[in-house]
Amino acid sequence: MKITNTIKITRLLALLFISVLTFTACSDDDDDHDHDSEEELITTVRYTLTNSNDIVTLTFSDPDGEGGNDGTYAVSGNLTANMTYTGIVELLNETESPAEDITEEVKAEADEHEFFYTSDVSGLAIAKTDTDGNGNPLGVETSLTTATAGSGTLTVILKHEPTKPNDGSSTSAGGSTDVEVIFNITVQ
Amino acid sequence: MQRLIFLCAILYCISTDTTAQDCNITFKGRIIDFHDKTPIFGASIVVLNLNRYATSNIDGVFKINNLCKGKIIIEVKHISCETKQITIDIDKKINKDIYLEHHLEELNEVILKANTKTEQSSIEQSIKKAVIEQFTDKSLGDALKTISGVSALSTGNSIVKPMIHGLHSSRLLIINNNVRMYDQEWGDEHAPNIDINASDRIDVIKGANTLKYGSDAIGGLILLRPKKYAIKDSLFGSTLASFNSNGLGGNLNSEIIKTYNSGYYTKIQMNYRQFGDFQAPNYNLTNSGIKSLNGSVQFGYNSFEKGFDAYYSYVNNQFGILQSSHIGNVNDLVNAINSQQPRVLEDFSYTINVPKQSIVHHLGKIEAYKRYKGFGKLTVQYDFQINRRKEFDLRRGDLKNTPVIDLRLFTTSIQPNLQIDYFDDLKINTGLLFRYQQNDAISGTGTSPLIPDFDKFDAGIYAIGNYNLSETTEISAGFRYDFSDINARKEYNVTDWQETYNYDELFPEFENGEIMGTDIPTNPRFTYHNISASLGLSKKFDNNMQLLANYGLASRVPNPSELFSDGLHHSAARIETGLLTISKEIANKFVLSLEKNNSDFGFIISPYYKHIAGFIQLIPIGITTTIRGAFPVWEYNQVKAQIFGIDIDVNKKISDNFSYSGSLSLLQGDNLTDDIPLIHMPAANFSNRVSYVNANLNQLTISLSQKTSLQQKRYPDYNFFTYNATLQENVFVDISSTPSNYSLFGLHTSAVFKFFNKGSLKLEFNIENMFNVSYREHLNRLRYFTDDLGRNYNLKLKINY
Repeated sequence: MKITNTIKITRLLALLFISVLTFTACSDDDDDHDHDSEEELITTVRYTLTNSNDIVTLTFSDPDGEGGNDGTYAVSGNLTANMTYTGIVELLNETESPAEDITEEVKAEADEHEFFYTSDVSGLAIAKTDTDGNGNPLGVETSLTTATAGSGTLTVILKHEPTKPNDGSSTSAGGSTDVEVIFNITVQ
Repeated sequence: MQRLIFLCAILYCISTDTTAQDCNITFKGRIIDFHDKTPIFGASIVVLNLNRYATSNIDGVFKINNLCKGKIIIEVKHISCETKQITIDIDKKINKDIYLEHHLEELNEVILKANTKTEQSSIEQSIKKAVIEQFTDKSLGDALKTISGVSALSTGNSIVKPMIHGLHSSRLLIINNNVRMYDQEWGDEHAPNIDINASDRIDVIKGANTLKYGSDAIGGLILLRPKKYAIKDSLFGSTLASFNSNGLGGNLNSEIIKTYNSGYYTKIQMNYRQFGDFQAPNYNLTNSGIKSLNGSVQFGYNSFEKGFDAYYSYVNNQFGILQSSHIGNVNDLVNAINSQQPRVLEDFSYTINVPKQSIVHHLGKIEAYKRYKGFGKLTVQYDFQINRRKEFDLRRGDLKNTPVIDLRLFTTSIQPNLQIDYFDDLKINTGLLFRYQQNDAISGTGTSPLIPDFDKFDAGIYAIGNYNLSETTEISAGFRYDFSDINARKEYNVTDWQETYNYDELFPEFENGEIMGTDIPTNPRFTYHNISASLGLSKKFDNNMQLLANYGLASRVPNPSELFSDGLHHSAARIETGLLTISKEIANKFVLSLEKNNSDFGFIISPYYKHIAGFIQLIPIGITTTIRGAFPVWEYNQVKAQIFGIDIDVNKKISDNFSYSGSLSLLQGDNLTDDIPLIHMPAANFSNRVSYVNANLNQLTISLSQKTSLQQKRYPDYNFFTYNATLQENVFVDISSTPSNYSLFGLHTSAVFKFFNKGSLKLEFNIENMFNVSYREHLNRLRYFTDDLGRNYNLKLKINY
């Protein structure tokens, strides 16, 4: 009697487990070809400097993202000495069509982001001309002033969750780096 | 015949109608060993209601004369056995074979005194319930660190992976209630999803006796065992509460058990654990909290001949990961290494923000057994596991609350096992395994999955024999064969597929469709045949001395991350790449153990040597430029490796109340291919503990402990330079240098108070890191970012009822 009971219970439990198995195996598992596209991917950083008809664009582009091919740099021309340019930075995800403008997301969360610009070209200065909701610099819009002729690098860094306000240096601002690109530029 | 001393008695009876006629019936019985059908000598038989006695002779035969018809109760006793009674109908039968059974230790924990090892020749160490309770609010890895030769690879203080002899993750088998854990254990930051409160005992098998569970226990095996309950009517339980000053949190665990005379039993256990931000001696560890809810239910029937056990456990863990460890690129890592404290320091909070891990693990099994006379025991087990792992990182916009990693692993297996104990000196254990696994990289994360979808099928067969050469010597030998088939679906970057790794020539058969944009769909499929073997010897000497020797051959197939991983690892600031060309690892291991087991003075001295061909390791191979700046690329490769060392444990009774225990672990790991040290090997460490126990004064226990970990001076130098755009110069990235020595002291006190007649209350007060030492451990992956935990005051309260 007891033994029959045991067998019955064993069968019942086995049935239970098998139904659990069937249930879990069938549940939301029909996404066999789920290969998400990289939604946060930034493939392109474009820094456009404009002074009326004098337009210089600095572009970093890595269309296949991290891994695969390394990214490439393109600088459309030289900057002119003793000139002030209006600068706009754009972040794009060009794996999507049309390209997704990541700059909009950064602007929407302006208080959690900040761009930092540095250059070793003598006398070249970059000032951030926009602010976030708290009145702290954001750096999507800038003003770039050149002095004497020379060449060197120009670095654009985007920090996520930096300390704001900060002393203007990306190192002491902390946060995590979302963008760090280094352009070779010439002022003449 | 000596073994008969261990044989136990059951019962059987006789009855007749009380319509008494002649009282001259002779009942003749024979007592026989259930297993090998040999007669049992010296069992005492008592007819309780008649006050008559008999003893079985050398042929197992006994006689009781002059019985009347009527119900009588017979009680059969044998040395070291529980006494039982049964009624039998004597009217119908006056001859009866009575089968006795010497496996009572499996039925009844009360007599579980003698050898409790998995196998006689196994080299293993255990932690018991009392130690598990000390770690009630910590992890499996923390508890196991109390065993010499076991260390931990951790990510902060809550994600702790056990390491045996420097090996972890896929090289360790964790067996939870006889079910092998599959919980994405390949990841360095994936702690075992186990609630240690659900187990009664944890064994660490360092030797080679692991074939029953798999062929790939290169490091060893961790066996979590539930309690076996006595067959009697009883209802009991306990509640354990723990509170800690560090993290301002704790744990509440309750269990209740009901057992029946019939052999049925049931157990329910629940556990809730929560901590806020932990503290290092000088600062808060922002976002290091834990939230964890666990439960288990067990139900079964236990008798000698047959029984079953059904078990289900649920583990739900949420681990906050130090906010400062989320970094963007190598320059952020350099800043973290150079700064003395984490970059984000906020006030204490219970909130768990990103980065965090959220894991749910279900485990269910049912096991049934039946014994056959003169043969053995057949067991069949079915089990399933579902593991859902979500990892959240710092993201932008709509993706803020979307995990970057979302994996679901489903595992199910069926395992018939046969234990043949018919032969006197030879025990044979053999079994089959069929397992199916399905990994699903859940869509909707907005990232390409870290590891791809795959289906995996395993089949295995094993046989292990244990042979008693003499009273003091036993040898064991085992063999196992496993077949694995893994079938994955993954999109590769075209450049990686065709140029970087040349897969288009190596694996053209994997290509599965047209190139779409920058990606190529593929269907990698691998099959493996694994052979593993073990040999063991145990020899007992006088003075409770024993020598054990084990040899093991183990092979491990590459895990999904070693084959497929492909992407940026944020807290390490590196790109990690698995390779399809990785083949299996084959290890030869030798372990010796000289043990003296005595309450006055005991020791274990256990040297070991492991040679691993095709040892899979993750090492840096170069730098790649991405939009986030420069990253080192870490790639899996295979080398010849050796690991050797020695574990020593000593315990000594100083006086009636005072005792000493200590342990020492020394280990060296070498990459023989490149003639450099192996990465991530535990440093030499030793511990001492002096305890005072007064059994007459509420079991008052006071003990002082010390643990020292020396600096790991042997490490491979993978440091490199990177260009820092802000400073406009190359900076040195010191990822290899190890932190210096540290010593931690602890105080543990406890006392037990009785109340009512059965209940008891145990109070415990502990201090960990008593001197609030600031230290960093090189096997903690967050050591670049922060110090380890500071002082903690702990209060525990346990009520047994």
